[in-house]
Amino acid sequence: MLITCPYCGPRDVIEFTYQGDGNRERPDPASQNFEAWNAYVYDRLNPAGDHNEIWQHSGGCRAHLRVVRNTLTHEISSVAFVRGDHASAARRKAEGQS
Amino acid sequence: MAEYSALSLLANALKGNKDWKPAWRKPDPKASYDVIIIGGGGHGLSTAYYLAKEHGISNVAVLEKGWLGSGNVGRNTTAVRSNYLLPANTRFYEHSMKLWENLSHELNYNVMFSQRGCLNLAHTPAQFDDYARRGNAMRHLGVDAELMTPAEIKRLIPALDISDRARFPVVGGLMQRRAGTARHDAVAWGYARGADRRGVDIIENCEVTGFLRDGDRITGVTTSRGDIRAKKVAVAVAGSTGRVMQLAGVETMPIESHVLQAFVTESLKPFIDTVVTFGMGHFYMSQSDKGGLVYGGDIDGYNSYAQRGNLPIVDEVMSEMLALFPGLARVRMLRSWGGVCDMSMDGSPIITTGPLPGMYLNCGWCYGGFKATPASGWCFAWTIAKDEPHDFNAAFTLDRFHRGLVIDDKGQGANPRLH
Repeated sequence: MLITCPYCGPRDVIEFTYQGDGNRERPDPASQNFEAWNAYVYDRLNPAGDHNEIWQHSGGCRAHLRVVRNTLTHEISSVAFVRGDHASAARRKAEGQS
Repeated sequence: MAEYSALSLLANALKGNKDWKPAWRKPDPKASYDVIIIGGGGHGLSTAYYLAKEHGISNVAVLEKGWLGSGNVGRNTTAVRSNYLLPANTRFYEHSMKLWENLSHELNYNVMFSQRGCLNLAHTPAQFDDYARRGNAMRHLGVDAELMTPAEIKRLIPALDISDRARFPVVGGLMQRRAGTARHDAVAWGYARGADRRGVDIIENCEVTGFLRDGDRITGVTTSRGDIRAKKVAVAVAGSTGRVMQLAGVETMPIESHVLQAFVTESLKPFIDTVVTFGMGHFYMSQSDKGGLVYGGDIDGYNSYAQRGNLPIVDEVMSEMLALFPGLARVRMLRSWGGVCDMSMDGSPIITTGPLPGMYLNCGWCYGGFKATPASGWCFAWTIAKDEPHDFNAAFTLDRFHRGLVIDDKGQGANPRLH
């Protein structure tokens, strides 16, 4: 299985660390909403098909990635940074446009 | 007279083996049953068997998407043990062990249950202390456990690298002598025949495509072979739990499906006569009666329904094997395969009524479901027949996560890929 890191290009899965289901929404740390915390910690969609998940390129650029991968075929249809486009943000900053 | 005996073998041999009955019929589904069990794997078949035998409920259908035993019951590494730490697990798996000990006799079917022992290796003094704790917890509940020294281990497994030069030197181990292996296919076939002879319909190539409902209540299933109604619908589909529950409108479950790979080498002369596990990684191995070394390690670690894995785990498992048995470096791997495991959030199973009225659920076996096959079916049959759990599975509820009553034997937290 190859994951195409937006920084580093296609790399073997061994360079990446799986961080799990990307559909979960972590409640605000101050939240006392029991149901929301319970859902975040324990409930999973676990789809057979396209799955939205988080990987970290821990053996490379260390970026956190949002990956859409098919759990039936292991085919990867999209890879993006978790928080927007870091590269263009960095470029804008370097050019003093931020 | 028992259907299979030395006498019947002889009699059939003299008649050219023409009169054997098929081990189970191939019936067409009826319009309705008392109980439908979705999933013709080990757990579904044993559930049907115990429903008929222990509770007199034989108007039962087992619906299997593929052919009987094509899922995890035919894909596991056949180890049977009850060496758990937490009381809920220990009691349940020890009940399973006791059923295993009489299973061939009870089913009149040789499941080749071999109590060759299971040895967990310790590689640090702290790990050895931890094993002593677990061993004591087991003995406290009447399960056999004993600590072994490196010298005793060397006598038991001569091929093991027990030297100080080993990558992770062995400082001792925890042995359960009553643990062992069983012939996994025979377990499926034995339960299937036992259920079939008691009147259960085993319906293969019958995929459940949806649920029939009356309001909230589940009243049957739609399948690739037509609608079938039932008073009670039981789900025992292991790695497919999420998919089947979504058909019933249950969107999320405390389950992730992951792929576990297993491997077998070419046949060797007798090499190891016990089940051994590595303590500095995740590796376990035994030798089949045919001579192949049967072994495996960790799950691949990402969600998957693919029944095949990737190479990093293959590499890891082989490395671990060679760390223990350097002499196996030239042995060739014959086959590898993958199975889809229903990894629960605390590493323990779910056997319960619900979550919808008219429905019963059996899942969350992670990659340890094979050894549970007899007790899983026994407890699930009890739960279905009596609409309440037996003491043995009372703790294995679905709402235990919600209520903070998790049973986390490994202490890993809610991270299914680490159990």
